[in-house]
Amino acid sequence: MLLSDLKIQEKAEIKAIRVSGRQGRRLLDLGFIPGTIIKAIRKSPLGDPVAYRIKGTVLALRKEETDLIEIRRIE
Amino acid sequence: MGLTRSGLNKENINMDNYITKRGKLDYFLPPDIQEEIRAQIVGDIYQEAEKIANKVLISPGEESALENRLDDLLTSRWLGFPLMLFLLAFIFWITIVGANLPSEILASGLFWLEGKISLFFYWLQAPGWLHGILVHGIYRTMAWVISVMFPPMAIFFPLFTLLEDLGYLPRLAFNLDNLFKRAGSHGKQALTMSMGFGCNAAGVISTRIIDSPREKLIAIITNNFVPCNGRFPTLIILASIFMHASFNNTYNSLLAAAVVVAFVLLGIIITLAVSWALSRTLLKGIPSTFTLELPPYRKPQIGRILLRSFLDRTLFVLSRAVLVAAPAGAMIWILANTGFNGSNFIQHLAVFLDPFARLIGLDGFILLAFILGLPANEIVIPILLMGYLSSGLMMEPESLDSLQRILIANGWTWVTALATMLFSLLHFPCGTTLLSIKKETGGLKWPLFTFFLTTAIAISVNFLLVQFLKIFL
Amino acid sequence: MALYADSLALNLLRKNFNISNDDNKPIIALAGNPNTGKSTIFNGLTGLRQHTGNWPGKTVGRAEGYFKYKEEEFLIIDLPGTYSLLANSTEELIARDFICFARPDLTLVVADATNLERNLNLVLQVLELSTNTILVLNLLDEARRKGIKIDVKKLEACLQVPVIPAVAREGLGLEEIKKTCYQISKEKIKIKGFKITYSREIEEKIEELIPLLKRKLPFLQKRINWRWLALRLLEGDKTILASINTYYPIYQERVNIFQKGEVQLDGFNQVWLK
Repeated sequence: MLLSDLKIQEKAEIKAIRVSGRQGRRLLDLGFIPGTIIKAIRKSPLGDPVAYRIKGTVLALRKEETDLIEIRRIE
Repeated sequence: MGLTRSGLNKENINMDNYITKRGKLDYFLPPDIQEEIRAQIVGDIYQEAEKIANKVLISPGEESALENRLDDLLTSRWLGFPLMLFLLAFIFWITIVGANLPSEILASGLFWLEGKISLFFYWLQAPGWLHGILVHGIYRTMAWVISVMFPPMAIFFPLFTLLEDLGYLPRLAFNLDNLFKRAGSHGKQALTMSMGFGCNAAGVISTRIIDSPREKLIAIITNNFVPCNGRFPTLIILASIFMHASFNNTYNSLLAAAVVVAFVLLGIIITLAVSWALSRTLLKGIPSTFTLELPPYRKPQIGRILLRSFLDRTLFVLSRAVLVAAPAGAMIWILANTGFNGSNFIQHLAVFLDPFARLIGLDGFILLAFILGLPANEIVIPILLMGYLSSGLMMEPESLDSLQRILIANGWTWVTALATMLFSLLHFPCGTTLLSIKKETGGLKWPLFTFFLTTAIAISVNFLLVQFLKIFL
Repeated sequence: MALYADSLALNLLRKNFNISNDDNKPIIALAGNPNTGKSTIFNGLTGLRQHTGNWPGKTVGRAEGYFKYKEEEFLIIDLPGTYSLLANSTEELIARDFICFARPDLTLVVADATNLERNLNLVLQVLELSTNTILVLNLLDEARRKGIKIDVKKLEACLQVPVIPAVAREGLGLEEIKKTCYQISKEKIKIKGFKITYSREIEEKIEELIPLLKRKLPFLQKRINWRWLALRLLEGDKTILASINTYYPIYQERVNIFQKGEVQLDGFNQVWLK
């Protein structure tokens, strides 16, 4: 399952980042590390980007990026 | 940690790999292994941070329900955009309603003082030209700048700073990002654009947060399409006059506020359109990825906001305007009092510019004011008044009402006001902004490009509007 | 080989960062995440005794200023606000290179108390590079409002550095910061320093790499933290060798073991190198 499939108010655990290079490093530095818990908070009015809470910070990501993050939903 | 360390485990790093045959250090491991090590390092640091945080946090706190509700509202699907417009309109409305009285008091005070200064010069038996340059040229232009521009600034800037301090601008960027993505530009451009509302030069400098040079250029070139604090007062004043807002009339002042909001919207639409066009032609490419932080709302400190917006913005913008206005006023007076063939230079210049200016809905004086106002957009209206007043039509300027009378006496209609506002929104950036563009891009190419592009767009849009109105009116 | 304590060499190095510090004031670097009130602290410490400009050759703004405690005067440099020092952006590169090569006598890290865990990420990275570090726990009022409580004594014990709670907007904690800077500069407080322990595999590789680096790069002895350099090389950080080349040009001959061709650069640090 990808982060982009996560619905608002749902929580998930990050499994893997499917991108390498600079983009991958940047996500890593922001705390997108396998094992980390992430929660979808809200969508912007036009549906994209979506804001997520990760490690105490709210970050908005475009779908292009959330398609690169593998997750496992937590009930 | 959920890392797949297969690669790292399999690859037994042979230290000999680090030394090439010539004894050089070649530190590169296979890229996939470096990636894994990198992920492991970052993960380990975060894990350590988590461990420490868990140890020292006595109470982890909770998400603020109020903040969540506020965010839900401000970024909601149905209310996000209307609230954005409403907030802007509200700020403009307060500015419009609040600026009139202090404007009048300042104007009557400053022009009363002008009379006293004139008496003083008379008593000194100073030569007429000296009195002309100093009092009718420099002092009067500066008095216009202060009485017309200072009150709206002093009201608008603190309100805008309040919005900034609360943390609304990132929410604005969050709401607008989708449109910027479709325009092929960077998500943070919504943020740099918002900074442009404060000051376009600051907006241009803030594009440093965009890493990709292509997207940074787009953000720089289009930053001028949102009105800055120097141009807002112009828009607000003209909207008030154009709506014949008799300031006590709530309906009219609301309408004037709505007109300014419409101009802001138009500026955003043109920003998006030009970004779209640039990213498909001159600055081709796909949008790079980005993440936008939505920081927690901070309790604004009203006292500090008042002080800071006054010191950093009001005083800065006003002093810049006054500094530019002084020589411009002197120049106008000289141009107005020298000439040939029975008319002064201002009239010659205005007559020369007039045919072209008419095509785009302005007149020669207005276009001249925009050209002379290149160093600082704040002085366009004062310069314009000086131009009109110098062309023989003498009128005792006392208040904003007289501003309206002067404009109408010089043939202004609501079409003129509309065209002037449109030109103000779209025309070339001010000198400070152009200098910032030069600094940020390291050359003359992009400031010149921006200058010509914005001016070409302003002329074409104005021309089309005028021709369109001609057909239908 | 001269020892690192050779202050002339250090001053030359610091000149690369546009620091003129002829009277040898202690230099303080101010680091921190964005939105932590770092500039409020900077303004609170220096008052009007500051000036702003750009980092040499960059379009990133910087501010520096002075403050005095008792007879000692300190020069404080405001680093760009960053989330990490892993050199992913020009700002991170500047902050990292300053701490690594200009070798400030002291580093102040400002952390947002409302979001300790994320801020600790940067704190830990700074601690890896700079022993003399003070952690300023800012925005404590906001944290209290959100019901967040932090055991400052325990945090101090965990990190082995002084931790100073602050509400910079109201000027709370600033005197304590000055005092602590003074005490460290007078060696009244000794800081042991803190070291992250990485996963076993990584620690093993570090152990393998350090002797090799020492042998190959003797001129860096006492000038760089070997463990930290080893980590950067293991993860293939393409900027660190370039920075060594920039800041130790006198050793060009030896450094040319890092041939330019071997260092492939991303767009952003090409600019940096020019």
